[in-house]
Amino acid sequence: MKVLVPVKRVIDPNVRPRVKADGSGVDLANIKMAMNPFCEIAVEEAVRMKEKSIVTEIVLVSIGPAQAQETIRIGLAMGGDRGILVQTDMAVEPLAVAKILKAIVDSEKPDLVITGKQAIDDDSNQTGQMLAALLDWPQGTFASGVTKEGDKLNVTREVDGGLQTVSLSLPAVITTDLRLNEPRFASLPNIMKAKKKLIDVKTPADYGVDVTPRLQVVKVAEPKKREAGEKVADVDALIAKLKSVGAI
Amino acid sequence: MAVLVLAEHSNNALNDATARTVVAARAFGGDIDVLVAGHNARSAADAAAKIPGVRKVLHAEGEAFSHALAEAVEALVVPLMSGYDAFFAPATTTGKNVAPRVAAKLDVMQVSEITKVIDASTFERPVYAGNAIMTVKSGEAKKVVTVRGAAFQAAAGSGAAVVESIAAPSGPFKAAFVSEELQKSDRPELASAKRVVSGGRALASAEQFNQYILPLADKLGAAVGASRAAVDAGYAPNDFQVGQTGKVVAPDLYVAIGISGAIQHLAGMKDSKVIVAINKDDEAPIFQIADYALVGDLFKIVPELTSKL
Ligand SMILES: Cc1cc2nc3c(=O)[nH]c(=O)nc-3n(C[C@H](O)[C@H](O)[C@H](O)COP(=O)(O)OP(=O)(O)OC[C@H]3O[C@@H](n4cnc5c(N)ncnc54)[C@H](O)[C@@H]3O)c2cc1C
Ligand SMILES: Nc1ncnc2c1ncn2[C@@H]1O[C@H](COP(=O)(O)O)[C@@H](O)[C@H]1O
Repeated sequence: MKVLVPVKRVIDPNVRPRVKADGSGVDLANIKMAMNPFCEIAVEEAVRMKEKSIVTEIVLVSIGPAQAQETIRIGLAMGGDRGILVQTDMAVEPLAVAKILKAIVDSEKPDLVITGKQAIDDDSNQTGQMLAALLDWPQGTFASGVTKEGDKLNVTREVDGGLQTVSLSLPAVITTDLRLNEPRFASLPNIMKAKKKLIDVKTPADYGVDVTPRLQVVKVAEPKKREAGEKVADVDALIAKLKSVGAI
Repeated sequence: MAVLVLAEHSNNALNDATARTVVAARAFGGDIDVLVAGHNARSAADAAAKIPGVRKVLHAEGEAFSHALAEAVEALVVPLMSGYDAFFAPATTTGKNVAPRVAAKLDVMQVSEITKVIDASTFERPVYAGNAIMTVKSGEAKKVVTVRGAAFQAAAGSGAAVVESIAAPSGPFKAAFVSEELQKSDRPELASAKRVVSGGRALASAEQFNQYILPLADKLGAAVGASRAAVDAGYAPNDFQVGQTGKVVAPDLYVAIGISGAIQHLAGMKDSKVIVAINKDDEAPIFQIADYALVGDLFKIVPELTSKL
């Protein structure tokens, strides 16, 4: 099987985002960036499938600025085979990302696409499902387990009430949840090797996709601040406080 | 103007997320129809008809809808959308699974997890784990929106909408339901509970999680939540996770026990009315947002609290 894994360059999850004073967005100047954690899980799953000889080739795709090449390199060091950078400085919305990915699927013809369930910057949780719809493929979202059963994939999904397992005919789209696996760190030799792997550089226009945003950002504001309250001395004091505010 | 709201239900019962989504749809405006797609789901459809402000309930029956397969629900919803200006789905795992498929088929950009409707094209939604609130204006001909339940209170009162049976596509679909393992509990449902008691990594084992967290939750009539670290370690099931990538809750009382307060956890609970934190580290970040902070060993404090309540 050939697998396509879209990887997004986002703010490092350990950094606290700051809203710009002019309300136009979040300040990303000189901020540490990283591969979206759910995309790391997606790459790891593809690499494990390759190690089990279920998968023969892993193609990584990132849509973003020139620096998104570094994100692809991380995935190549984890075990990806080659990369495609669709370079643009625009903030590309999930619908346009899904359209670009569809065009890449049409030419690369993978049997499986593994995306993250959510990008931790826009928190959209849309791209994988949109891609599946555009391709008319089945989807296994929020995956915590994936097994190949004959010519089908069984995907266990983290749903609100617990776990659900669905069977998907291939080709299919999977989106990863946190418990699917624990991504490996790329070793130094693998990072060196990854430097030699091929990354094709394209533009959205090469795929005929208009990335003009459909949603206009009116403003970006700080959330309501919550003040720290008080320290209570002991359990009795806590119970008295909770009673006084009617919380119990 | 007309809005189609996707009902969240378990065939025999309607989930509270549906009524909350209807409240958001009412703020958007126009006639509101609720779609109940299920299998033997007449009782869920009847319950949806009682939500105040609903014009009619569309009830579609089919085996593929018994577990809300996204492929089947998409095939049902997309043709219906010719009669609607907007599709509102609850931001539950079902809604998140389906709505982007509908949006892509309609060639519109979805607005995810709205927390406020400003007008019929403008919405607020949190981004960056709730560290920024974005106001977006959608110029799309049809709006596709998912609604964060914790931000909308279900309206009081009772309606009497008609229930209309509609035809449902029968497939075949490229996905099939295999099995499910659902948590059974008599406790309130986490997403809509008035009180929540959550445990973190400090609980150190599933046994201790159950031994210390559950009795306190029962004493308070609370739902049980957990941090990602507690879920990853297997102390609590996945559907207990509160946070940016888990459930978002806003109860009257949230008790965080042995949870440090990472931004991803705060994203899921910082809109709670009263927050209590119990942590042995007096510099734990959770204390920066807690109304009442109790510094100390949870293994001493929690049993004492449980017995004194
Ligand atoms: C992509 C991504 C998504 C994430 N999504 C979520 C999410 O949705 N929800 C979520 O919760 N996290 C999420 N996280 C993880 C988050 O960053 C934190 O790692 C996690 O919340 C930490 O859990 P914790 O507070 O239980 O553990 P820790 O951070 O280890 O904190 C344990 C706390 O217990 C205290 N403690 C220890 N022993 C005792 C004792 N005996 N008595 C009292 N206190 C004690 C310690 O002082 C410490 O503060 C996500 C992370 C990433 C990267
Ligand atoms: N610009 C992008 N480049 C590559 N992959 C992306 C991009 N945006 C989204 N994705 C993929 O879609 C997933 C979900 O993103 P989102 O729908 O934005 O929350 C991510 O985890 C990625 O796998």
